Amino acid sequence: MDSLFDAIRDEGFSRVVGPVARDGAIVYRDIASAADLPRGVRDRQAPGTYRLESQEDGVRAFSWANGAQALKPLTFAPRETLWRCERDESGRLAFRDLAQEHEPTAVIGVRACDLAALQIHEQHFLKPPYPDPHYAARRSSLFLVAVHCSHPADTCFCASTGDGPRAESGYDLAMSELDEGFVVTAATDRGRAVLAAMGLDPASSVQQGKADREVEAAALGQGRSLPSRNLKDALYARLEHAHWDHVGRRCLSCGNCTAVCPTCFCHAEQDEPALTGETSEHLRQWDSCFTAVHSYMGHFLVREETRLRYRQWLTHKLASWHEQYGRSGCVGCGRCIAWCPVGIDITAEVTALMESGDAQS
Amino acid sequence: MPVTSRTQTTALERLNTRENARPRVAVHKFSSCDGCQLAFINAGEALLELAQLVEIVHFAEAGPMDPEAAVDIAFVEGSISTPEESERIQAVRANSRFMVSLGACATSGGLQALRNFNADGATGWTEAVYAQPEFINSLDTATPVAEHVKVDLELWGCPVNARQVFQAVRQLLFGVAPVVDKDKLCVECKRQQHVCVLVAKGIPCMGPVTHTGCGALCPAFGRDCYACFGPAENPNTTSLSRRFEGLGLMPESVAKRFHFINSHAPAFRTEWLAWKERS
Repeated sequence: MDSLFDAIRDEGFSRVVGPVARDGAIVYRDIASAADLPRGVRDRQAPGTYRLESQEDGVRAFSWANGAQALKPLTFAPRETLWRCERDESGRLAFRDLAQEHEPTAVIGVRACDLAALQIHEQHFLKPPYPDPHYAARRSSLFLVAVHCSHPADTCFCASTGDGPRAESGYDLAMSELDEGFVVTAATDRGRAVLAAMGLDPASSVQQGKADREVEAAALGQGRSLPSRNLKDALYARLEHAHWDHVGRRCLSCGNCTAVCPTCFCHAEQDEPALTGETSEHLRQWDSCFTAVHSYMGHFLVREETRLRYRQWLTHKLASWHEQYGRSGCVGCGRCIAWCPVGIDITAEVTALMESGDAQS
Repeated sequence: MPVTSRTQTTALERLNTRENARPRVAVHKFSSCDGCQLAFINAGEALLELAQLVEIVHFAEAGPMDPEAAVDIAFVEGSISTPEESERIQAVRANSRFMVSLGACATSGGLQALRNFNADGATGWTEAVYAQPEFINSLDTATPVAEHVKVDLELWGCPVNARQVFQAVRQLLFGVAPVVDKDKLCVECKRQQHVCVLVAKGIPCMGPVTHTGCGALCPAFGRDCYACFGPAENPNTTSLSRRFEGLGLMPESVAKRFHFINSHAPAFRTEWLAWKERS
């Protein structure tokens, strides 16, 4: 692993971000060497629950599924200043774009679900004719090292959405972790340059086979699933289903699911004028369809009730998303299940909605 | 058309007809610990900037004293807890164009509102605490300012966040209605990428029902939110308290999560009562 860090830095990526075990979860932070990685750490996830366990004799650094967040905050910043406005000497307002270059950063340990979500975000933020310069600057600063998933959590269902556990595209390097080391493949020129610089031995067919079987087992081991990759018509037919009330009674409308969802991109913009009134900054920050203001228009709330907020989230994610982006907005990472404080399980809610044939029941 | 003589106009009416003067501001104190007034004083440089933009005519803790002055903006800290206060708040309202209640005591009655739930009000506690309780003249209840007079803007928190206060002032000076973010604390907590203490540690965090504004201070240090900013909009206290019970809290402990700094706030009062009856 240390040869990877050296090769990445030699390629010009001075900052390395990777998983560490901190505050009881896997979180992505700046790391200096392979020693910072969560070796021997396993995650136990269930609806509303996340726990880390340490195995003293564990040799693997990636024997966990995911933490609350991975790539999203690195590309779509939770809060950033977009532009600044100030009066010039003649008293006229001058606007300054604050889009900036970001330090070249390598991210180690990106999962297949996060890469699938990244592709959706690229579609959303970078599509012509109005690509988002702030997103573009962050995205183009990244070198991505994927790790194929061998230890899915109980909350994972990427196999059913078709987004994992193998990282298929969108990375520079991809690695399979075995007890004796890593099987590494490159997908881009700069990835190949890093791979060549690492000076690794070719993987044996036995090692390759072992790596493949682990990913296959990770897919088969997933207990949760969504009933279809396209639920658009099925959900539109159930907009008045009684189950929305049922989930609305449990839902806290706290927005945790949307914050941890790697594809949720809703944001709010606001101005923060300095007290003197001479300058003002325009901010963008993560918003959620579970907040009241998200549906505020013309002096009324479109979605006052929790049931309507949950319905908005689920039907956008799994239904109208198809119209916008040609696929579902769910990549099966299971984060919304584990990080919901009251353990609402998207797969169980969809199943309950689908079980009743009577759409109006 | 009847002619109103100058002598019959109120101080507030005269204030409203001034031209080109700096807005006049007062900071009034009722029953409170003064912590929210410190949000102004601790702001340092921003307070000096504010003093250039407005005329601070009454702010006892910082120096200026003119409690009966007519003002454009009156900040009110503290709950209404004595007969004198229930009269004084009417006078403050009559002298203020725009009234902002500041902090948990002014917005929900604060910690001292715990006495609202005693059958004999504060009497038992007064006798237990004071050597000569006969000198204490308090109401049976400590109540929010808005239960006595019209309040134009409420800024919650124990204490309030200085940034929020100065933003509201700026918006008022621009002549626009201040916007206060009423989302749940979780929204901000996740923006700051703190690990959720409820999910990862199983501790009874009040974040999912609590009004944002503090900057997610407690979860940043691995602690559970104790709702010092009061209820958020659309708080599902029933679902969260059921979750607390699932984490192993006894009904009495669940009840106490809602019976603290903002016990008098209706959403918390109702939930406390439901669990108190079960304990």
